[in-house]
Amino acid sequence: MAVPAIELEQVRKEYAPGTPPAVRDVSFSVSQGEVLALVGGSGSGKTTTLKMINRLIEPTAGTIRVMGEDVTAIDPVMLRRSIGYAFQGVGLFPHLTVGDNVAITPRLLRWPEEKTRARVDDLLALIDLPADSFRDRLPAELSGGQRQRVGFARALAAEPRAILMDEPFGALDPITRDAVQTEFRAVQQKLGLSVVVVTHDMTEAVLLADRIAVMHEGDLRQLGTPQQLLTAPADDYVAQLIETPRRHSDFIESLMRPAVVGGEGKA
Amino acid sequence: MSSRLQGLFEQLPQLLGGHLSLAVPAIVVGVLLSVPLGILCVKSAAVRGPVMLVISLVQTVPSIALLAIMVAILGGTIGYRPAFVALLIYSILPIVRNTIVGLEGVDPAMREAARAVGMRPLQQLLKVELPLAFPVILAGIRTATVWVVGIATLSTPVGAPSLGNYIFSGLQLRDWQRVLFGCVATMLLSLILDQLIALIERSLQRRRFVVVWVATAVLGGLLAVGLAPQLVPATAAGFTEVGQQAAVAEGAAAEQQPTLAGQTIRIGAKGFTEQLILTDLLAGRIQAAGGTARPLGNMGSTIVFDALAKNTIDVYVDYTGTLWSTVLKEPGPIGQAAMRVAVAGRLFDQYGIVLLGPLGFENTYALVVRQEQAKRFGLRTITDLTSQAGQLRIGGDPEFFGRPEWQRVRDLYGLHGIEQVGMDSTFMYQAVADGQVDLAAGFSTDGRIDAFNLAVLDDPLAAFPPYDAVILLSPAAAANQALVASLEPLVNRISVAAMRVANRSVDEDGRTPAEAAAALAAAVGIGENPGDGASR
Ligand SMILES: Nc1ncnc2c1ncn2[C@@H]1O[C@H](COP(=O)(O)OP(=O)(O)O)[C@@H](O)[C@H]1O
Ligand SMILES: [Mg+2]
Repeated sequence: MAVPAIELEQVRKEYAPGTPPAVRDVSFSVSQGEVLALVGGSGSGKTTTLKMINRLIEPTAGTIRVMGEDVTAIDPVMLRRSIGYAFQGVGLFPHLTVGDNVAITPRLLRWPEEKTRARVDDLLALIDLPADSFRDRLPAELSGGQRQRVGFARALAAEPRAILMDEPFGALDPITRDAVQTEFRAVQQKLGLSVVVVTHDMTEAVLLADRIAVMHEGDLRQLGTPQQLLTAPADDYVAQLIETPRRHSDFIESLMRPAVVGGEGKA
Repeated sequence: MSSRLQGLFEQLPQLLGGHLSLAVPAIVVGVLLSVPLGILCVKSAAVRGPVMLVISLVQTVPSIALLAIMVAILGGTIGYRPAFVALLIYSILPIVRNTIVGLEGVDPAMREAARAVGMRPLQQLLKVELPLAFPVILAGIRTATVWVVGIATLSTPVGAPSLGNYIFSGLQLRDWQRVLFGCVATMLLSLILDQLIALIERSLQRRRFVVVWVATAVLGGLLAVGLAPQLVPATAAGFTEVGQQAAVAEGAAAEQQPTLAGQTIRIGAKGFTEQLILTDLLAGRIQAAGGTARPLGNMGSTIVFDALAKNTIDVYVDYTGTLWSTVLKEPGPIGQAAMRVAVAGRLFDQYGIVLLGPLGFENTYALVVRQEQAKRFGLRTITDLTSQAGQLRIGGDPEFFGRPEWQRVRDLYGLHGIEQVGMDSTFMYQAVADGQVDLAAGFSTDGRIDAFNLAVLDDPLAAFPPYDAVILLSPAAAANQALVASLEPLVNRISVAAMRVANRSVDEDGRTPAEAAAALAAAVGIGENPGDGASR
């Protein structure tokens, strides 16, 4: 079996000694090509967990491996260049054009300029922002959804071993959000990306992820496929979380049914 | 254009050049020092506290004092260096402060994003933090530019030519057109520099790089213009050396007369009319001997003496009474001849400065009354006032009434009952002439004594210290035979009356100091004095 893309083993983070840990002895692994969603309420430790993977935050205890390699053995800067990172509010640099934003990590890695430019054009095409009309724009000249997609393209640019995303679609209106989510899923499957995506929205997790890890107060409460969570929630908290998307879909279905009946009645 | 205005424009290239050569390099070096310093302050709290404390404190020192202090710190060096250092110091605070504010204002999310895409700390600083802080830093640079261009006018009193020369000489000569000209030129310069920087900023934001390059090139051109005067003397000196040798050879062939050919003599002056005229008088002699005169007018009183002691200037005219009290720190006056000998001996012993000789007049305090009143009441000396002191009003500079000289006069002549009316020295002669006051405490060489038909009362008890005008040579210049020979004819040649006429022609008739000097030289018969030779 291939090595997991990302592996956490008994990982713990205490921001200050003596305070309750923000992340308590969490273990999970993400297979290559898999999307794992970290779900939980605000302050449950999702962001902390994510940032420890590319060493933006150093764990207090435990081991993290990326493509089988212990991250503490890798220069943190080189590690970050090999892992894509996208987050809410996007973090595009406002003084750089779309093209320069996407090209940042390849240039830091000193790719030949030809290759970088070709890569940028390919990625912009992939996210449906044709290079010719978007490459030289500034982030301020894009819509929220377009910016989000550029942020995603930037995370993909240096052909990373894995992608980390922190509430990437949080700031989008529902329609844009749906479009970007669909596009993300398509690109992810096309490229076989390994992804950890943080979200507080269980519906989003169910739509995007192969497996879902539910966090609560620093603990990993349950890890499983959406179906496993729906059919066999480990505790009340998980049951309550997964209840939301189920109720939504039931409700929508109930709205659909009379409409369909009514339609037939008329016919 | 009027000829006076034309005269002002003629000086513009030199003074604007001097101004730019101070201001532009001070700003450029200021940026190169302050931005890294600001970065250091942001990165290290231990650096930040002391740095901000020091630069904020220095900033509160009044500019004119800071310039004078720089002269002292640089061991009495006058001219470009103290002015440059002082301006540099003034440019630092706004740039450091804005660098700190700009960097601290960078959104933490941007810093995190820079880390997350794999930048090293230096890359984060250069590629993200500085570019995002750039508009704020640039605002600091613009503030510094406006400050420095304005404060550069204060370089004149420390002997560095600038647009301030118009303002200082205009104030001394009471020539408001000249003052206004200097102010407008300075304002235009700071406006232009400020707008150029603003243009660069706007064009950068709109990514119009052609405009950025053009504006930067213009700034670079101004920098080059500014630095040119600094570079030219180096090459000019090379030429003059050759010229000097040729001249020396020529002179040896003709007659054994020493010559100043190829030499540049720096003449100091304090900032009032008489000093400006005397500068041109000395310059005329130097030019007549084949030398080049470089007048450094409008310097502070102690600065000009220190500069002479350090050989930073070669010659200037001072007054024995002033030297006696301010340089030699002697409390009470002595007789005129004794003082002159004592001053000469002690200046030579302590500083190696040579007192070449008196010019022949005194510029002392003088009590003046209306001529017709002097005649009517038979007023000849101060003693004649004693009996009526209780009914008299005297006008004078408020500072004069606080001086020990006035104390002595009142004690010795019994003038305690006199009413003192403080007024600006500009108006006191007029006040006497109009009868607003009965007498005034003026200066013996002031041209307005004649202009307003006033008479000077004698001082038989020598209550006022003697203020003989004397030519002082720096230690180095004293050894210059040719210079000594060229200036010796001035010794004991200028009477009080002649000096008063010269001062009057400038103060009242609007002549330039150079014209007055030429007329003075002709009147006392000391040969050619090329009137327009010494430009300031
Ligand atoms: N830099 C930090 N210093 C101290 N405590 C922090 C820091 N970042 C997060 N925390 C705390 O750690 C806990 C988990 O935070 P976080 O991982 O951001 O949660 P989530 O992303 O699930 O909302 C919270 O209680 C939060 O207050
Ligand atoms: Mg979070």
